[in-house]
Amino acid sequence: MPELSRDEVRHLADLARIDLSDAELDHLAPQLNVILEAVASIQGVAGDDVAATSHPIPMTNVFREDVIRPSLTPAQALAMAPATEDDKFSVPRILGEE
Amino acid sequence: MATETIVPFDKALAAYDPAMGLEVHVELNTNSKMFCGCPTVFGGEPNTQVCPTCLGLPGAMPVVNAKAVESAIRIGLALNCEIAEWCRFARKNYFYPDMPKNFQTSQYDEPIAFEGYMDVEVEGETFRVDIERAHMEEDTGKSTHVGGATGRIQGADYSLVDYNRAGIPLIEIVTKPILGAGEKAPLVAKAYVAQLRDLIVALGVSDARMDQGSIRADVNLSLAPKGSDVLGTRSETKNVNSLRSVERAVRFEIGRHAGILNEGGKVVQETRHFHEDTGETTSGREKSDAEDYRYFPEPDLVPVAPSREWVEELRGTLPENPTAKKTRLQAEYGFTDLEMRDVWAAGALPLIEATVVAGTTPQAARKWWVADLLRRANDAGVELAEVGVTPAQVAAVQALVDAKTINDKLARQVFDGLIAGEGTPEEIIEKRGLALVSDDGPLIAAIDDALAAQPDIADKIRGGNMGAIGAIMGAVMKATRGQADAGRARELILEKLGL
Amino acid sequence: MSLIHLSAAEQAAALAAGEVTSVELTQAHLDQIAATNRPENGVGLNSFLHVDAEGALAQAAASDARRAAGAPLHELDGVPIAIKDVLATEGLPTTAGSKILEGWIPPYDGTVTAKIKAAGLPILGKTNMDEFAMGSANENSAYGPVKNPWDHTRIPGGSGGGSAAAVSSFQAALAIGSDTGGSIRQPGAMTGTVGVKPTYGSVSRYGVIALANSLDQLGPVTRTVLDSALLHELIGGHDPMDSTSVATAVTGLADAARQGAAGDLAGVRVGIVKELQGDAWSAPVVERFEESIEILKGLGAEVVEVSLPSFVHAMAAYYLILPAECSSNLAKFDAMRYGLRVTPDGDPSAEDVMRASRDAGFGNEVKRRILIGTYALSSGYYDAYYGQAQKIRTLIIEDFTKAFEQVDVLVSPTAPTTAWALGEKADDPLANYLQDLATIPANLAGVPGISIPSGVSSVDGLPTGIQFLAPVLEDARLYRVGAALEAALTKQWGAPIAAPAYAGNGNGEA
Ligand SMILES: [Mg+2]
Ligand SMILES: [Zn+2]
Repeated sequence: MPELSRDEVRHLADLARIDLSDAELDHLAPQLNVILEAVASIQGVAGDDVAATSHPIPMTNVFREDVIRPSLTPAQALAMAPATEDDKFSVPRILGEE
Repeated sequence: MATETIVPFDKALAAYDPAMGLEVHVELNTNSKMFCGCPTVFGGEPNTQVCPTCLGLPGAMPVVNAKAVESAIRIGLALNCEIAEWCRFARKNYFYPDMPKNFQTSQYDEPIAFEGYMDVEVEGETFRVDIERAHMEEDTGKSTHVGGATGRIQGADYSLVDYNRAGIPLIEIVTKPILGAGEKAPLVAKAYVAQLRDLIVALGVSDARMDQGSIRADVNLSLAPKGSDVLGTRSETKNVNSLRSVERAVRFEIGRHAGILNEGGKVVQETRHFHEDTGETTSGREKSDAEDYRYFPEPDLVPVAPSREWVEELRGTLPENPTAKKTRLQAEYGFTDLEMRDVWAAGALPLIEATVVAGTTPQAARKWWVADLLRRANDAGVELAEVGVTPAQVAAVQALVDAKTINDKLARQVFDGLIAGEGTPEEIIEKRGLALVSDDGPLIAAIDDALAAQPDIADKIRGGNMGAIGAIMGAVMKATRGQADAGRARELILEKLGL
Repeated sequence: MSLIHLSAAEQAAALAAGEVTSVELTQAHLDQIAATNRPENGVGLNSFLHVDAEGALAQAAASDARRAAGAPLHELDGVPIAIKDVLATEGLPTTAGSKILEGWIPPYDGTVTAKIKAAGLPILGKTNMDEFAMGSANENSAYGPVKNPWDHTRIPGGSGGGSAAAVSSFQAALAIGSDTGGSIRQPGAMTGTVGVKPTYGSVSRYGVIALANSLDQLGPVTRTVLDSALLHELIGGHDPMDSTSVATAVTGLADAARQGAAGDLAGVRVGIVKELQGDAWSAPVVERFEESIEILKGLGAEVVEVSLPSFVHAMAAYYLILPAECSSNLAKFDAMRYGLRVTPDGDPSAEDVMRASRDAGFGNEVKRRILIGTYALSSGYYDAYYGQAQKIRTLIIEDFTKAFEQVDVLVSPTAPTTAWALGEKADDPLANYLQDLATIPANLAGVPGISIPSGVSSVDGLPTGIQFLAPVLEDARLYRVGAALEAALTKQWGAPIAAPAYAGNGNGEA
């Protein structure tokens, strides 16, 4: 089991869009390694002959008819938004500086 | 941005072989969205077509739209694909404000359709485009950018998001690398998208409006030194929204890549944006190694396992194979090979077919679409189908010509009126005063005037020189502002001269 | 005996007999909540995050009107209930115990909420929980820990500590919990209450703020087995809004509980799980467990030991599958459409705001699991972690299948120890994870499980729990066996066990 370095933890936090401070990194990185060490035991337990299960109760073909159901009103949709304008969700600028 | 050298197309192709890959997203025309019951109609007021599911509210869950699966299977079958016996949806994880859940529900290594092909005809030559896969996914919301100079994303102060389109069903159709097209690469790309669009129209599964984004193409392109079988680094030009732009984007990228390679540079793997105004692409997001979508099977959905009976039932609903149909229609319409080639290149066959169905002769339909209307489309820089006249209208105009209400020349003015949105052909004739003069009174007066003005010509005609009649006809037409029925005028002229 | 000390079935009977009104019942529970919840004074239970006195009383009045008109909607019409804050309730705040959702009011009802409303049960409020249901002690709530009614210096178990404490302290006879790896059953054991994790897919997840979609299941939290059966039947059944919902009807549970309470288990084969024994299990827990086994034998059950060898890998598989799914589920909390938005200084981009908001809005355990899940799904690691964990799941399902060829139900202690002291394991994730050893396999395999009180520890006087597991869709077996053991134990004790300070007319101040 490879140890996660601080930089790797920072990279994971980047992927997950969490702005971890240095102090948080110091605190979390060793805990993550303890957890990963504990789960590493499953490596190699099940071979190629074992199928993966993603749902405990196997089902297929669960569909709905192509029928319109009532939507929310814009007031309902936008009620909890941090910022709105013209019945749209207002979000900070999407790209960083060019 | 460093200045780029764009190598002229011919020179680029003398040195390099292009490889293309096309990813086309088709928005399905289902009543409701992919995973919820919200309506899909285009152009609604912002955030009126959203619910807990497509807004990504905590606790909401997706349920697959059966009609979307059916459409996906039909598209797959029409593209000669295999239909998966068992497949799944997967989550494609990345953060973006127009994506409510910050993952797109898509398909990953288990698409519903795979391993197909489409035969594409360009200038009489057939290219087989291999289809890698067609998979189901959902659209994102739409952002508008506020502030900054251009209304573009760059430099904006903030953005406003409307999620009406979030969750609309999409089918993404991905080709295998298209090799060996050489200088025809831009045309092959365009023809592929055009034929794909026609197929989608024939299947009836999408509005197929490129201008509204219901069909969008991503164009991947790379160059390899001539003769090399190693593919170069590719660029991905996103959301190309017209057939013409597909051709231009390929053409531009060939020149741009060649410029970089000629100077010993390295093509950057990145997404690029195509600009309709300049015909150029500009750099978007660089694909870094950090891009990791962390796909995994969507745990809120169960696998899709279309029964073979269902697949065969859907195969029975497919429209005629496009190649077979082309051969059949050419024979039925009696078009020469040359005529057919022009019809095909113009993308006019479905339009002509619809016009014929509406009651017009094939030759008349061909004449309007491939001559007059094609010129107008080219002038406007739009596709023939988007020229602003429908097959039903062409048929109506031709019917008026056949009834001698108007002639061909006046018909062109009716098309002007149709494109300008002035109403029905009848209304335009009325408003513009275009009806042929069928009452003999004004016609006789004009003939009398013309004969009196040119007595020498009248004599020549009396003397048997029928060719001279043109001069009198010209004067009559001028006097009636073109509204005279030419046949009737000729009859009356001969009658006046006692012939 | 006051109204709040009645079981839900007894409250329903009193309503039906006209001996009490729903308004009186609801007010009595609201009074108990007001007297004992008291998050502000630091010693209250902190079991409710939101109390909706006005709404509950209005629903109660409407229930009384229906009953007066002779048209109750359901056997439990008018019996008040508490809902874990993980389930969307239109018009009532729903936070999942997280700062990132502070003040969020859903514009829709989850399916189970809708069923509860349709049956006429007044909703008292939303119960406290570990943030996004991540925890075994309820110390990960952004709104402070829940106290164990048996001992306010102890944890109540997690993540459904709020629902368990509410039921244990007579704030409600009925509560909804959610169980992803034991979050109904383990707090049940810690607080001396009954909790059931139904068969996966038999209770709709629509409206449940997802922790791990393939593991989550809502279920009843009560003080008696019969009450759980009644509530389970009410909330169960197929839901077209949940694609993983099974089509089978959820019926016969209350009948099974009544049958079991008669005390005859002749012919019932009970399997003690070999892998859920050993050093990890504290002596007082084992002592009570063995006592229960003897009682089961006395009721006619055939008890054998069975081995489910892949159980030893269950915890590792669970702590990969869960973080993977939750890392994706929690991505939607990005400050764009709802929830906490933190705007850093300067001219931040949307991405900067997402990062800052998620840093400020998520607690440590949530961050740990998101990071582990992000890692487990990363290209290059997927097969070794997530893929492998899903295979372990297959092996565990096969173990269950084989075991249930030999026995009708499996049995183990619910949790290895009794409730520990608040703060004792607060920043030791692994120590918390080990608490779920016995409960996790059921979630991985989708089978149903029940925890009922097995007594109190001879060492610390705190409650212990015993767990039964049954095959998929055989939830009724749990009620039959559980009710039989419950009846026998209650007879032995003379009365149901209860948190001493809250039993009789206690109000927790003793
Ligand atoms: Mg896609
Ligand atoms: Zn929707």
